[in-house]
Amino acid sequence: MKKYNNIKATLALAKASFRSIMRSPSAVVFTLAFPLIFILVFGFLGGGGTHIDVGVTPGSDVNNPVMGMLEKTGMIRLIKDKSKADFDKLLEKGNVDAMIDVHRKVNSAAYSVNVVYTSASRDKGGILKSVLNNVFYDKTLKPTVAEIKESTITGREYKTIDFILPGQLGFSLLSTGVFGTAFVFLSLRQTLVIKRFFATPVRRSSIVIGEGIARIGFALIGALFIILIGHFFFGFTLVHGAATVVNMLILATMGIIVFMGFGFIISGIAKNESMVPPISNIVTLPQFLLSGTFFSIEAFPSWLQPISRALPLTYLNDAMRKVAFEGMGLWDVKFQIMILLLWGIGIYAVAVKVFKWE
Amino acid sequence: METKKAIISVNNLVKKYDDFVAVQGLSFEVYENEIFGLLGPNGAGKTTTLEIIETLRDKTSGEIIVDGFSVDKQAHSIKQIIGVQLQAAGYYPNLNLVELIELFAGLYGANIKPMEILEKVNLQDKAKAKYKALSGGQKQRFSIATTLINQPKIIFLDEPTTGLDPQARRNLWDLITEIRDAGTTVVITTHYMDEAEQLCDRVAFVERGQIIALDTPDNLIDKLVSSGFERKKEVKKANLEDVFINLTGQEWRE
Repeated sequence: MKKYNNIKATLALAKASFRSIMRSPSAVVFTLAFPLIFILVFGFLGGGGTHIDVGVTPGSDVNNPVMGMLEKTGMIRLIKDKSKADFDKLLEKGNVDAMIDVHRKVNSAAYSVNVVYTSASRDKGGILKSVLNNVFYDKTLKPTVAEIKESTITGREYKTIDFILPGQLGFSLLSTGVFGTAFVFLSLRQTLVIKRFFATPVRRSSIVIGEGIARIGFALIGALFIILIGHFFFGFTLVHGAATVVNMLILATMGIIVFMGFGFIISGIAKNESMVPPISNIVTLPQFLLSGTFFSIEAFPSWLQPISRALPLTYLNDAMRKVAFEGMGLWDVKFQIMILLLWGIGIYAVAVKVFKWE
Repeated sequence: METKKAIISVNNLVKKYDDFVAVQGLSFEVYENEIFGLLGPNGAGKTTTLEIIETLRDKTSGEIIVDGFSVDKQAHSIKQIIGVQLQAAGYYPNLNLVELIELFAGLYGANIKPMEILEKVNLQDKAKAKYKALSGGQKQRFSIATTLINQPKIIFLDEPTTGLDPQARRNLWDLITEIRDAGTTVVITTHYMDEAEQLCDRVAFVERGQIIALDTPDNLIDKLVSSGFERKKEVKKANLEDVFINLTGQEWRE
């Protein structure tokens, strides 16, 4: 009897599954169309509802009318209690849009206002500038403010796309991993496709691995597509070019493997296909909203932040942004990778228990 | 028939579910190169028995040898020499027939030309069609095609003709007979006694998980007649199905 070839069987499955995914409208919509639409919308929206984060230089006078006026505009958030070094970093990345330093002039009742802008956040700096000018010419304030000194430091330009794209990429991986895997295994089980497979000499591991290869392959092609469109059409920042892309794809692979674990669990607990979307949404929606896909989790109320910090997508998004925009290597995001790994171990431990073959 | 060699032997097979005995002490042999029919009402244990022989289900007790391999220890070897058509099984979604045959070729580790397999079951014109788009008869012929990929010694067909029109049914009988004539042993289940009578070399009647009769269709009928059985109505030289076939034509339209 000929020796049976497990690798050949696994690859045959991967090929079949990949063909099937490519022809499945829902997979293509979830993986590519949704993220691209969001990128498009946010890419052109350019971040409406602007907040300007202004750091207060340590040692600055805080009980002065200038700061009071700025806070009253409702648009400016003053950030205090951080060290000079922290602020410098934030300023360079554009996480803080400008720094302000107010001092009472020596031998005078008037104040001297020192503002530092960053090129990483030019447009918001511009808004702050006009706000300050208004403040400066405000009659009630005029006598007390003697001068505004302005300067700009150069930082990397941080665009909306640099925040939105990694989040969308993460969400694309989450939905293709969870929905795709759950639907496929449930339907293969229910239509007895898996049972028919079991009548062939194929191993169970080949079925799971073959399916996994196809889904990872599909997700990576999707990720590459999103990154390239983002880069060439919306100016998404890739600090080290191709090397950054490779790092992002490695992160994407880790992410999709973890998220597929959710899919395996859902395919095991769902009784029929109509139960897949609600259960999948329980997994994906909170991460969609709370994992920093659209907004930085720092914008959430403090009671919500621990929940955000418990979700795996948070760490994938975080790692993606650090790698893409800050140019970090994979070793620099080892903490995020470790959390993903822990999630992976936990999820697959559950998946092995609840997964059903028939 | 006594000189024939058994390719499947089932000895005292028992299958218990939690509080229900599906198969209780079945024993029978299937000879090489015959069409063997398992007949009986729904729930009699036909499918369970087949699936245990196919290594898809565990048995509670008993012994099964398929072409010298034991289902307990050599399931992997058995899978390589059998072809299985399941009742109501689906196929991988979004793939056409050629791609599905390629997939199964990979799963069996067989080097075959998909078109040749499709020609065997007369589906070469449907090579690029999806399984879902096929008619009932075409679906069954395709299912049978997937059982032939590994050039098996035995194929198992679980109710292959259920729900088919008379033409498609007769067409499938021809196909199954061809497969037998090419040297493959066929094990089939069916609810249609005319089918079993025409198609099967030997049949076993299964009732409540036990075999209540096993012989050639001819012998079973002769035995009944010799016991003094008579049909209430004199049999005519043709039946309504003959009328149907005569009126609508032999060829299948799908």
